[in-house]
Amino acid sequence: MADHDAAPAISARGLVRTFGDKRAVDGVDLAVAKGEIYGFLGPNGAGKSTVVRMLCTLLNPSEGSAAVAGYDVATQAEKVRLRIGVALQEAALDERQTGRELLHLQCRLYGLRPHEVEQRVADLAGLVDIGDALDRLISTYSGGMKRRLDLAAALVHNPEVLFLDEPTTGLDPVSRATVWDEVRALNTELGMTIFLTTQYLEEADELAHRVGIIDHGRIVAEDTPEALKRSIGSDVIIIETDTDCTQVEAAVRSVRGVEQVTAHGSEVTIMVNDGAAMISPVAVALHAANLHVRNLTLRTPTLDDVFLELTGGRIEEPER
Amino acid sequence: MSSVDAVASGRSIRGREAGFFADLRSIAGRALRLVPRDKEALIPALVIPVFFFAVNIGQLQNVFEKQTGIDYKAFLLPLSIITTVSGVTRASALVTDIQGGYFDRLLLTPVRRITLLLGLMVADLLLVAALCVPVLALGFIVGVRCATGAPGLLVFIVIAALWGLACTGFPYALALKTGNPAVVNSSFLLFFPFTFLTTALVPEQALTPWFRAIAKVNPVTYILAGLRSLLVVGWAWGDLAQAMLAILIVAVVSITLAFKALNGRVKRK
Repeated sequence: MADHDAAPAISARGLVRTFGDKRAVDGVDLAVAKGEIYGFLGPNGAGKSTVVRMLCTLLNPSEGSAAVAGYDVATQAEKVRLRIGVALQEAALDERQTGRELLHLQCRLYGLRPHEVEQRVADLAGLVDIGDALDRLISTYSGGMKRRLDLAAALVHNPEVLFLDEPTTGLDPVSRATVWDEVRALNTELGMTIFLTTQYLEEADELAHRVGIIDHGRIVAEDTPEALKRSIGSDVIIIETDTDCTQVEAAVRSVRGVEQVTAHGSEVTIMVNDGAAMISPVAVALHAANLHVRNLTLRTPTLDDVFLELTGGRIEEPER
Repeated sequence: MSSVDAVASGRSIRGREAGFFADLRSIAGRALRLVPRDKEALIPALVIPVFFFAVNIGQLQNVFEKQTGIDYKAFLLPLSIITTVSGVTRASALVTDIQGGYFDRLLLTPVRRITLLLGLMVADLLLVAALCVPVLALGFIVGVRCATGAPGLLVFIVIAALWGLACTGFPYALALKTGNPAVVNSSFLLFFPFTFLTTALVPEQALTPWFRAIAKVNPVTYILAGLRSLLVVGWAWGDLAQAMLAILIVAVVSITLAFKALNGRVKRK
């Protein structure tokens, strides 16, 4: 018999999902420990949501296997469903119900007894933090209120693993910060394992203990945010130019101390170990090559730089 | 209160499978709770049959009664009931759930998949039975009487409601197969031939031969005959048995299609 308590919260091996000829997920391996916040970062269409839908039992893998809370997502889906909470990309709410009705129904579908339903709805009403609005139709809620109600609905049965699929997309900064606080608190104070997908680099950086970067259905890097950023150098010099990037690239490659150079659009990114010492030689090299530069910036690396380094593209963040 | 307080205070509470009947009650209860919030779907189902009941009586009552000697209001009332109950479903609401992602939220819970459709059908059965009451009441106000009394009236409502239930399978099949509100909204066209290629306005003897041939294979002909017998004739067991058989045949076809479509929708393909 499998020891479900000793098993990792989430594990996947060679996970593949095809839609027709398209391999949306192309051999994903995962091991998320209990109590971890795992950030799944990637651009739109990279395969994040498809992985989540497989781990949450909404889709069967085409190949490979995955287990959540120690149970196989394909063959033991009922057991998985009892142990996970899910807030999908778009708040999946029935706007014709009131918040209270929705939470009541959610509790009943998880088999909670009447007194437990009352307790959970009362508890989670505090979380939703929308006062009397809990008895209003959900169609009257703001985007932030809907997200918070969605999160509350995912928590009615005290899940072991919480999946949050782009939980802050479309939220204003205040609502986003509130969701971040809740995620941190659920993890640090209750030890809840959280699998979080996001297109926001800052979100992955702020919240996740480890980050998996996914592109074209494959995980291209996985580590702590700090380690990922360290892996590309200590500093980044960004050159914005109106001239041909290949000329800029050629000019700065010859500078001693330059480690990696990547051109993307009208930007050239240089990874260096000592940015303060390198920025002058880079500026001199550009001047010597008679290349016009719009902006020359020195900063520490971000996860976007890691993504650029690994894939040659940038993550286009959605409008906030 | 933060989410931590919320979770911590009920920490010992865990999810468990609710059981088939509890799931069924939850899904049906939600569907019925939303009915009053969906008035635009209900009002036409009540107004249109009442309108045609009044128009047909106004135009045809004298001619019909002179020719046949049958109470035309009693003859016509079953048609109004059939028009009321045919196609009243929560299929449009189901499409809204599918499109808005709420259907996925339901699939993420341990709810038994079959109850996601069966619960809606139970709600429909209760709803169409309830819808029969005001139309029947109107019939009695204008002078229709029931030859089989109160028990016959109850059987009348049961037959009408079961026919309504048998009809729901088609729109649900379309809703689950396509997830497209336009397709579901146009599914009422399916019921036109059922409702009107039959003895809707005149008895079988008065139909032209080709129309009579069509009416003979239309299940609604037998349901109308069963319902009319309860109002006009008395306990005509043969007519009632034929009505139930007609309902059973349509129900088997439509509900099989609906559950096949549900299976396709939840198959995680």
